[in-house]
Amino acid sequence: MSDLRDLYQDVVLDHGRNPRNFRTMEQATVKVVGHNPLCGDKLVLYLKLEGDVVKDVSFEGAGCAISMASASLLSETTVGKTRAEIEETFAHFHEMLTGGVEHTVDTGALGKLAVFQGVCEYPTRVKCASLSWHTMKAALQGGEESITTE
Amino acid sequence: MNIEQVRADFPILAQRPHGKKLVYLDSAATTQKPRQVIEALTEYYSGYNANIHRGIHFLSEKATAAYEAGRGKAQRFLGADAAEEIVFVRGTTEGINLVANTFARTRLQAGDEVLITGMEHHSNIVPWQMLCEQTGALLRHVPLNDQGEASLDEFKRLLSPRTRFASIVHISNALGTINPVHEMIQAAKSASVPVLVDGAQAAAHVSVNVKELDCDFYCLSGHKLYGPTGIGVLYGKREHLEAMPPYQGGGEMISSVTFEKTTYNRVPHKFEAGTPNIAGVIGLGAAIDYVSELGLERIAAHENRLLAYALEKVASVPGVRFLGAPRERASIVSFSMDGVHPHDMGTILDREGIAIRAGHHCAQPVMERFGIPATARASFGVYNTTEEVDDLVRGLSRVKELLG
Repeated sequence: MSDLRDLYQDVVLDHGRNPRNFRTMEQATVKVVGHNPLCGDKLVLYLKLEGDVVKDVSFEGAGCAISMASASLLSETTVGKTRAEIEETFAHFHEMLTGGVEHTVDTGALGKLAVFQGVCEYPTRVKCASLSWHTMKAALQGGEESITTE
Repeated sequence: MNIEQVRADFPILAQRPHGKKLVYLDSAATTQKPRQVIEALTEYYSGYNANIHRGIHFLSEKATAAYEAGRGKAQRFLGADAAEEIVFVRGTTEGINLVANTFARTRLQAGDEVLITGMEHHSNIVPWQMLCEQTGALLRHVPLNDQGEASLDEFKRLLSPRTRFASIVHISNALGTINPVHEMIQAAKSASVPVLVDGAQAAAHVSVNVKELDCDFYCLSGHKLYGPTGIGVLYGKREHLEAMPPYQGGGEMISSVTFEKTTYNRVPHKFEAGTPNIAGVIGLGAAIDYVSELGLERIAAHENRLLAYALEKVASVPGVRFLGAPRERASIVSFSMDGVHPHDMGTILDREGIAIRAGHHCAQPVMERFGIPATARASFGVYNTTEEVDDLVRGLSRVKELLG
């Protein structure tokens, strides 16, 4: 069971059980729905954008511990950041998830998000961890109202 | 039936995923294959691989005989009148699409209705939706009760003067519910409504006799019947198959072609355009032999014991809830655990060597009916044991320990 703890680290379990910023946002400037059609998970992401800066992030939805924790940590780590900063973080985050076990990523730049490093050993769970980030990217690009991980 | 002997027929059961004994509880997704099936495929490819029906050489004659013998096996397995009523397709999905696009399409006009149940797999919803979009017909469904059943009364109530076709699942892949298909077909017949039965989950669990059922069409998938993937059976009443337009055009389905006109081949070849899945048919034939030798009644009795044991033992895990409680049920158990998403359950069980399915099981309307996004599903086959149910229960306790 020890390797399962790499996936389900305490921080992940905590954020999965008690997701932060789990609420609607009345003054949201952007609202995007993300779907993972493989498992039926659905996430609604709310952003308050002022110019280039994300002033507030919240979300609602239902999903597994990994996807809830990822959305929760996303909401905590992206407030106050610019579009470019968030997109750069996602690029690093995505590389960490999909790079494979042997691939070493500089997780220092990811801060708290490094708790998802264990996900790379579970290819079927990468989409759980990346759903909220794909949704964020779509929101920042002002694209479609609804996106999927497929 | 000696289960240890049966297990010895399935080489894959010796696998050790993540270093653990394999506990395969995902037979509703696909069954494992006995060596008799695997050997039939190897024998074909190494001993008499050739194209069929047209060849004039030794190998082709042998392959043709084996392919058509497979048709005979499917005919006897389903209790059909004639081998000509057996059309080989890729699987249940293709069988349904074939019937939707040939038989049903010619009968539907705007305002007509197609009737299904609320527990259909997407493969018995989407082809009808597509057809309804194109024809202006309406898709109706029999709602499910809290037990996860589609009642016969509701089915009768929804059979309207505009109903032109009914397509119903025999056994639900998400709930395990066994539909009263015989009674439903009788009700449809008295309203002159033709019926297709989706037998994907049923073929390996209950004996089917299409004549006794009096269904117009019956579909099954080889890979859920201990056979290979990519091969399935569509049974159709001969008069229907004769009257239906072809599904796909190509070689094999013709008797003569000029640039002016093509004369189609006789049934069932009219529906088997192109080189078919020869190996698949031979493997399916071996699977039917295997299942028939064990006896579907004995297989069902074994699985029913496992089901009863699983329902009792899994219920004892705190926080576990079952989806539906159908009175007539095959060996499929869908459940959820308070505070734990099925995907997390699936991952943790997988690390214990236990293979279950987690998700919406391609039956999203069922999930919606019960107000949940997904469930965990354990499904049993002939090779499963009560010890494996105990393994599942222990695995669920680990899930609880880690995430509960």
